[in-house]
Amino acid sequence: MEFKTHISVKNLNVFYGNEQALKNITVDIPGKKITVIIGPSGCGKTTLLKSFNRLIDSVDGVRVSGRVLVDGEDIFDPKVEVTQIRKKMGLLFQKPYPLPMSIYDNVTYGPKIHGMNNKKELDKIVEHYLKQASLWDEVKDKLHQPASKLSLGQQQRLCLARGLAVEPEIILGDEPTSALDPKSSQRIEQRFLELKKEYTIVIVTHILRQARRLADYVVFLYLGELIEHGPAEDIFENPKREMTKEYIKGIIS
Amino acid sequence: MDKRKIEENIFKGLMLISTLTIISSLVFILITVIVKGLPAMNGAMITQTPKGGYYLGKEGGILNAIVGSLYLAGGATFLAVLISLPIVLYLNVYAKRGSRLAAFTRFSLDVLWGVPSIVYGAFGFTIMLFLGLRASLLGGIIAVSLLILPIMSRAMDEVIRMVPEELLEASYALGTTRFETALKVVVRQTLPGILTAVLIAFGRGIGDAASVILTAGFTDNIPYSLFRPAATLPLSIFFQLGTPFPEVRQRAYASALILTAVILIISIASRILIIKFTKHIVK
Repeated sequence: MEFKTHISVKNLNVFYGNEQALKNITVDIPGKKITVIIGPSGCGKTTLLKSFNRLIDSVDGVRVSGRVLVDGEDIFDPKVEVTQIRKKMGLLFQKPYPLPMSIYDNVTYGPKIHGMNNKKELDKIVEHYLKQASLWDEVKDKLHQPASKLSLGQQQRLCLARGLAVEPEIILGDEPTSALDPKSSQRIEQRFLELKKEYTIVIVTHILRQARRLADYVVFLYLGELIEHGPAEDIFENPKREMTKEYIKGIIS
Repeated sequence: MDKRKIEENIFKGLMLISTLTIISSLVFILITVIVKGLPAMNGAMITQTPKGGYYLGKEGGILNAIVGSLYLAGGATFLAVLISLPIVLYLNVYAKRGSRLAAFTRFSLDVLWGVPSIVYGAFGFTIMLFLGLRASLLGGIIAVSLLILPIMSRAMDEVIRMVPEELLEASYALGTTRFETALKVVVRQTLPGILTAVLIAFGRGIGDAASVILTAGFTDNIPYSLFRPAATLPLSIFFQLGTPFPEVRQRAYASALILTAVILIISIASRILIIKFTKHIVK
């Protein structure tokens, strides 16, 4: 598989207090593809994802060594402005977290903070990204109603639109469908398959079937260690490591 | 009937009694104040300041104390919000979970909450002496704001603490600073709780007598400057109750009725306001 590296992780170690959550991870995440991070619970999937946009900064007693390069820039460099790093990446959580405001304000929240104030432009942004998240038709008549009134599936798509509205290059998803019903999950997955034409997507999941449906590239973590990574077909059809084989077959989970 | 069922019923009964006790206390206080105060109630009470000999049973009202109390409690509440909000936003958005400074701040606020109001009065008084102020509206505002600051901060803190960490992260992930997140997400999410905290503090401030006795002084005039003494309702009630004249003592109950009504009106008005603000909250 030919690809251009977008995020490059080099010897990344993360400690929570005395506990090491990630052990010397080195991996390149391809651009404009869907990379799926798989592995059992507590293996460091979320930690790896959150180190991409430095949300692990706010964890108590966290220590990080190694480098994460995004477009060749080390994001843990003290000179880097963390808000600029985060602006490059949209993030979806396990459960949707709409902001306590209207649907419209949720989408314009990011653009407004980053300096966009033109009412007409904002209207366009709202329509464009709600369409991209395939939510527009359902909410176009109630844009000024509270976002919290939407269903969970709609809220997750709103969160996607909100993330896209700051024009990121990367979309991060931390088990983004785990709180959703199957139909809503499917819609989110379809969005990802559409969006990978323009965005680099990294998703954490513990659902193997979902990984198979989405992944172009797979990263398998186990207890903080990177066991194996590579193009999806290689990992799923010809895993090299014994542990990967067992995980894919469902012997360990 | 088996033992567990009896136990269940006994405890249900005890809870009911406690609840009824608290409700009936409110009802009895209201009845006492209304029955004793209403006969002395008239238009002059709320539209006039005390005329000469008011405390001997002559004409006048307590407009001085009504206006003084509103100025004082309003000013103190405003000042306390200006200090409380940064404290609680720091504790919940900036300080890391498990921060020692945050724990110590919360502990200090809890201790301050328990300090008797006369101590705040005395403390305010020493500050005033230091600044060269006389008993004045400003002195009273400072003392009362010190008194209500811990109450307001802890009440706000309790609601802001409930904001899920993920909501903050969702905002950070869009490239916002902590300050933007604090102001635009945290405050909006907790606005009803913040307003309730402000209300509790206001109620405590307007009803307190001990903190203002040394600091705000007392006067029969409506204060027209921060540097003039100001009358307050609790002190006005206290002075009227202390006279030997039954008709003046009855006016004390009328004044208490006014104080209760002021608190009730503000309370109800803000609850209506709060309902308007709850609509965007994420549950």
